[in-house]
Amino acid sequence: MARVGVFICHCGENIARTVDCARVAEYAATLPGVAHAVDYRYMCSDPGQRLIETAIREHGLTGVVVASCSPHMHEVTFRRTVARAGLNPFLCEMANIREQCSWVHEDREAATAKACELVRLMVEKVKWNTALEPIHVPVTRKALVIGGGIAGIQAALDIANGGREVILVEKGPSIGGHMAQLSETFPTLDCSQCIMTPRMVEVKNHPNITLYTYAEVEKVDGYIGNFAVTIRKKARCVDEALCTGCGECQSKCPQGKLKTSVIPNEFDLGLSRRPAIYVPFPQAVPNVPVIDKEHCRYFQDGKCGVCQKVCPAKAVDFTQTDQVVTEQVGAIVVATGYDVMSSGEYGEYGGGRYPDVIDGLQFERLLSASGPTGGEVKRPSDGKVPETVVFIACAGSRDRSHGVPYCSKICCMYTAKHAMLYKHKVHHGQAYVFYMDIRAGGKNYDEFVRRAIEEEGAVYLRGRVSRLYQKDGQLIVKGADTLSGQPVEIAADLVVLATAIQARPGSDALAQMLKVPYDGYGFLSEAHPKLRPVETNSAGVYLAGACQAPKDIPETVAQASAAASKVLGLFSMEQMEREPTVSVVNERTCIGCFDCERVCPFGAIEHREIRDRRGNLLKVVSHVNEGVCAGCGACATTCRSGSIELRGYTDEQVFAQIAAVGV
Amino acid sequence: MSYAYFPGCSQQGMAAEFDRSARSVCDRLGIALSEIPDWVCCGATPAHATSHLLSIALPALTLAKVKDADAVATVCAACYSRLRIASHELREDAELRARVKEAAGVECAGEVPVRHLLDILCNDLGVAAIRERVKRPLAGLKVACYYGCLLMRPPKVVAFDDPENPRVMDEVLAAAGAECVEWPYKTECCGASLSLARPDVVCKLANDILREARDAGAHVIAVACPLCHTNLDLRQADVARQYGVRYEMPVLFFTQLLGLALGVPEKGLGLNRLIVSPKPVLEKLAAA
Repeated sequence: MARVGVFICHCGENIARTVDCARVAEYAATLPGVAHAVDYRYMCSDPGQRLIETAIREHGLTGVVVASCSPHMHEVTFRRTVARAGLNPFLCEMANIREQCSWVHEDREAATAKACELVRLMVEKVKWNTALEPIHVPVTRKALVIGGGIAGIQAALDIANGGREVILVEKGPSIGGHMAQLSETFPTLDCSQCIMTPRMVEVKNHPNITLYTYAEVEKVDGYIGNFAVTIRKKARCVDEALCTGCGECQSKCPQGKLKTSVIPNEFDLGLSRRPAIYVPFPQAVPNVPVIDKEHCRYFQDGKCGVCQKVCPAKAVDFTQTDQVVTEQVGAIVVATGYDVMSSGEYGEYGGGRYPDVIDGLQFERLLSASGPTGGEVKRPSDGKVPETVVFIACAGSRDRSHGVPYCSKICCMYTAKHAMLYKHKVHHGQAYVFYMDIRAGGKNYDEFVRRAIEEEGAVYLRGRVSRLYQKDGQLIVKGADTLSGQPVEIAADLVVLATAIQARPGSDALAQMLKVPYDGYGFLSEAHPKLRPVETNSAGVYLAGACQAPKDIPETVAQASAAASKVLGLFSMEQMEREPTVSVVNERTCIGCFDCERVCPFGAIEHREIRDRRGNLLKVVSHVNEGVCAGCGACATTCRSGSIELRGYTDEQVFAQIAAVGV
Repeated sequence: MSYAYFPGCSQQGMAAEFDRSARSVCDRLGIALSEIPDWVCCGATPAHATSHLLSIALPALTLAKVKDADAVATVCAACYSRLRIASHELREDAELRARVKEAAGVECAGEVPVRHLLDILCNDLGVAAIRERVKRPLAGLKVACYYGCLLMRPPKVVAFDDPENPRVMDEVLAAAGAECVEWPYKTECCGASLSLARPDVVCKLANDILREARDAGAHVIAVACPLCHTNLDLRQADVARQYGVRYEMPVLFFTQLLGLALGVPEKGLGLNRLIVSPKPVLEKLAAA
């Protein structure tokens, strides 16, 4: 005989404003099988939880219904509460009377009636609940980090320093990411390279880190604690073991002779040229060149081979092929970073036709001591030192017609930094900044922007630039100053667009491979925006850095460390516990049609052979891998012979709820 | 391709030479235009400034009369804009179709596409066909193609060229042998709608356009809008008074320049109706 306890939460005013909670409790008490019903202002608080514990003991409850918020919010909380009182946690259910009732209705009478109904349904369900025990799966205590920018480096170092092995996979020839391209960083103006390169070296030398550069993750199988990852190591055509990094090959490559080279240097974002065999930048890790086969004369027309001839270590090997390796890991950190929108997207800003209209990342290279101009600010077209520079913020961000609706978050700060650094290098120069709003939330951030304006003399104009064009060797920038209500026209030598931060191309394909949800812009989604910001809905996969949303370096590093701590937490156990609300197959009735396998989005269905005692094969049936199953229930609804049951959502439970509708 | 031709009222009065030259050019190029019977004013600009329904119902009256044509052809940027927008909205919005039917008594689903003559020349006929038929190439003539603010906007509805840096007129006139200059004011507003309210503003905008065309080395400005034409052609004396610069810059419809290249007699182009004399242009061509 069921003895159900019902606990109605007011959620402060969130529920009580629209739902008469006392009346819902009164109603619940009248339901058959309900032994106790009570309402309370904050059920999730300590006294609220104690209320539940005491009631379980005093009334000998066999099931609990908490009518409050979404189970996403507090199901775990209340299941723990119930467990403390000695009841199996899976005998606790939640009726969502907040998101699905009080928040979406206005009529108090109708909302109260609906809350009563939602409670009644859950009471009927919980009568059929059975005690479930957690599933234990083994954990491979080795992590994969995808992406070797600051996010991936931080996560890899933290995990490695925590005593666990890490495989760091970087797509490009060197780790370092965008941070290695930056000149100085806000709000302290420390040199980006000086704080970045030592960490890169640390990664290379760390005994717990295996570094794969010029490599890509091709395939991910398995599940939390037990991933099998296929990695393609692209052919560098230079033997990493033999190469000493002397640089002889790149200096002799005929494609690299400065005047004749046509190969844009990616690291300098096309502001300089590079040879066909190259190290992306002098501080690269590993300091091993790679051959760009598209531009290499040996690969294009079979002639040349100079690099091979000059290499004193005999490290150049044209016959090298891609290598595919498989690694077993227990957790994955995605740290694939961002790209900036091309400055050519804006037709009114020249659509890429004007060489002196550049993006923020290109300006970083012009400011950087390791950049194409050695840190002197010289404009791309003619090398002239620009005396007037116009910075345009929100070029693509917060612009529904041309770009993206979101704020790219870092541009206000780096634009202020650019204006400041420009002034430090060109004392007589004048910086103008067109902005929409200045978003400088962060420690010492607003002070930094004020310094750019008040001490460094950057002129900030609130308004948009409608058009710019070339005339007499200058760029005429036409905009509006909306604070004075006047049109503004500035003749500039250089224009820097703070173009929008975008997800990396291909981030959607990666997300699909990892079964991580992503938004319409390709940014990967966290499991909960507030309470689970580094986890994803794909167990064992964590996010770090700008692959999740635009963010600056401090925030990226914090998130990377958070992801690393989640990984180390997972690795603290040899076995991990999982919720038992997964599918289970009745092998006696399963007919082996494997429709379940076709609909399972997680690849959790396996084939199991049923044999008699003498070893003769009787049939092949479905089997659910409990480590992989996410409990979505697609298989259970698809199964034509009704042989699959989702624990915690059995037919009895669901039909009991349906039968209670509208009673 | 058969085109139902919408001449538009401006082309019956102040810009009659636009209509005349467009017909002559199409005739030379073998583009068959059949005038829509009983067409009415598109409503620009008073209609859409007063009532949205009126701004759709007026073009609907004309569009409903189009039968057996592949497209509606227009030359005036404003007519084009109004017909194109009306056709677009009628296609998308069933409720609006019903309201237009109630107000104007015609059923129009906006099925026949509305096309500008530049679109037809570039994308249906092709510039190669123009080049073949050129009799007197506009050699040595530097032209600033001025599209105005309206022709390419709104891009979601118009979309036959890049709204920020259109090329169609440049390509057509280049095929006619002209040298089209790169200049930044192709799509700036000339201010024509402020002609009565703020002549000072219009004068400044006209001056900006004329100055940029001259600085880019143009001998002549080519336009595709009767309002732009009137404004730039007629206002050069005012500009001279206000800014002290006498540009003497001939402003021609693109059809007039194209007609010259195709060998249409001057009479068929209405060159005599221009305020700023095109004589320097003609002399340059004769000398070439």
